[in-house]
Amino acid sequence: MLSAFLQAAVGSTIARICSGWLLVITSAALFGPLLSPWEADAMDWDALEAAPSAAHWLGTDLIGRDMLLRIMLGARISLGVALIATFVSVLIGVPFGALSGYVGGRLDQILMRIVDTLYALPFILIVILLVVVFGRNPALLFLALGAVFWLDIARIVRGQTLRAREQTYISAARSMGASQTRIIFKYIIPNVAGPALVYATLTIPGVILAESFISFLGLGIQEPDTSWGVLIADGTQSMESAPWTLLFPALAMGLTVWSCNMLGDRLRDQFDIASRGYNRRPDTVGNLS
Amino acid sequence: MARYLTTRIFFTLFTFWVIVTLVFFLMRLAPGGPFDGDRRLPPDVEANLLAAYNLDKPIVEQYVDYLVMISHGDLGPSFKQKDFSVNELVRAGLPVSLTVGGLALIIALSSGIALGVRAGLDTGSRIDTVVMGSANLGLAVPSIVLAPVLLLLFGVWLGWLPAGGVGSPAHYVLPSIALALPFTAAIARLTRGSVAETRLEPHVMTAIAKGLPRSRIVLRHILPIALLPVLTYLGPAAAALLTGSVVIEQVFDLPGIGRYFVQAALNRDYTLVMGVVVVYAAFILLFNLFVDLSYKRLDPRIELR
Repeated sequence: MLSAFLQAAVGSTIARICSGWLLVITSAALFGPLLSPWEADAMDWDALEAAPSAAHWLGTDLIGRDMLLRIMLGARISLGVALIATFVSVLIGVPFGALSGYVGGRLDQILMRIVDTLYALPFILIVILLVVVFGRNPALLFLALGAVFWLDIARIVRGQTLRAREQTYISAARSMGASQTRIIFKYIIPNVAGPALVYATLTIPGVILAESFISFLGLGIQEPDTSWGVLIADGTQSMESAPWTLLFPALAMGLTVWSCNMLGDRLRDQFDIASRGYNRRPDTVGNLS
Repeated sequence: MARYLTTRIFFTLFTFWVIVTLVFFLMRLAPGGPFDGDRRLPPDVEANLLAAYNLDKPIVEQYVDYLVMISHGDLGPSFKQKDFSVNELVRAGLPVSLTVGGLALIIALSSGIALGVRAGLDTGSRIDTVVMGSANLGLAVPSIVLAPVLLLLFGVWLGWLPAGGVGSPAHYVLPSIALALPFTAAIARLTRGSVAETRLEPHVMTAIAKGLPRSRIVLRHILPIALLPVLTYLGPAAAALLTGSVVIEQVFDLPGIGRYFVQAALNRDYTLVMGVVVVYAAFILLFNLFVDLSYKRLDPRIELR
C-alpha cells in the first residue's frame, strides 16, 4: 500500500510537481510566519498597497501588511480546516460505510437512504445556517464542514466493504466466532482504509474551496484571523489598483486545489477503485463553488 | 413505472420534510432570540413581539404551525425587514436568480457537451489535449476568483458589458458565463470520458458497419448513452449551481435570493434564512426528481425500480 502511495506521489513529473508544491505550502504554513521579518498585523506605512519588492516579496495589501506573510498565515487556517474537516469526515464516513456494507439488508437500505437524502441538501447553505445559529467560531466551521463531507467516503467504503465481505478471511473470522463489531473494526476497516484515504485526499480540496467560499461571503473566518478565502475577498476589493493582492492568494489556493486533485486522481487509479457505482457524483470536488 | 413514480415522489416529499424540520430546529436552537439587540427591550414590548411572531408558544406547537404554514406556501414574515414577508422578498429575488441559473445551465450543457463530444470522438488528438487541459484548469479556478476577474476584465477595463446590477439582457451575460464556466469544464470532462467509451460499444459498431452517416451515429447511437453520466451529474450540479449563484449575485450586485440569503445570514434574519433554504431545497429536489425520471428516456435498457 505504501509503495502505491509513493508511486502516485512521485511517479511522474506532474506528480512530483504536485507533491513538491504541497510540501512547500505546508512547510510555509508551519514555519514561514516564524521566519518572516514582518509582524502579522504590522502595517508598513512606507509601503501601502506596494507592488512586490525586495522588502515585500509579494507586495503589501491596502493597509500595508506583508502579503507573503498573510498568505502563509492564511494557509495555516485553510489547510488546517481542510485537514480537520477531512479527518472528521473519515471518522464518520468509514464506520458508517463499513456498517452499511457489512450488515447489509434493511440497515443498509436505511443508511444509504440517509446518504441519498443528505446528498440532496444544499450543503454550503446548511453550513452557513450552522454558522448563523452558533456564531462564527472557527472550530465549529471545521466540524460543520467535516459533517457534510463524509458522504462520498461513506459510499466508497460501503462499496469496498461489499467486496471485502466475500473474502475468505472474513468467513474464517466469522467461523471462529468473532463478533460483528470485531469483524468490522478489526478486519473490514483496515482493508478498506486505502480507498478511504484516497477519497480523503479528494475531500481536502473540496473543503478548501468550501471554506474560501464561506469566508468570501464574510460568513467564515474573520479578522484578525485570515484564510485564503478572506484574502481573495480582500483582493477582489483592491484588484483594480493592486492586482497582486488578488493574484497571489488565488494562485496559492488554485495550485493547492489542483495538486490535491491531480494526486487524488492518480491515487484512485493506483488503487483501481471502482468509481462507477450507482448514482456516483462525478467531480464533486471541483464543482463546489 | 407508476410504482417507481410514486416512490420517487414520496421520497422527494420525505426529503423535503426532513430539510424543513432540520432547518426549523436548528434555528430554534440558536442561542439568543431574534430580538436580542444592543438595547434591552421592555418586558411587555418583548412579550408582544414574541406573541406577534408566534414565538411564545411551546416549541412543538410552533413546529406544527410552521409545517402548516409551509404547506400553504407561506414562509412567514421577515424578522428584520419589518414591512416585508419572506414570500415577497423571495418573489422579488427569484426571477433574477432563476434567470442567471437557467442561462448558466444552458451555457454549461451546450458548450460542455459539444466540447466533450468533440474531444471524446478523437481521444489523443490535439483538440482532445487542449479541451481536457483547459477543463482541468477551469476546475481549479474557484468562482470567487473567476467572477471578480471577469468583471474587472470585461466590465471595467474593456467596458464591453455592464459591470453589475440588472436592467438589460446584457447585464446577465457576464454573471451567467462566470457561473457556467466550472460546470462547462466538468460536463466536458464527463462527456468526453463516456463518449470515448460508448464509441466502442457493439451497437455503435453495428451502426458504423451499416454505413450510417457520422452525424447520425453520433446523435442517435452514441449521445443518448453517453449522456447518462451527465444526467447523473445534473442533480448535484443543480445544487452547486444554486450555491454558486450566491457568490455570483454578490460579486455582480444582482438582487437575487442568494444575496438576500447572505444579508439575512449576516444580520441573523432567521425567517428569511430559513425561507431561502426551503426554497432552494424545493428547487433542488424537484430538479432531482425530474432527472431521475428522464433516465429511461435516454437509455431504454434501464429498468426503473
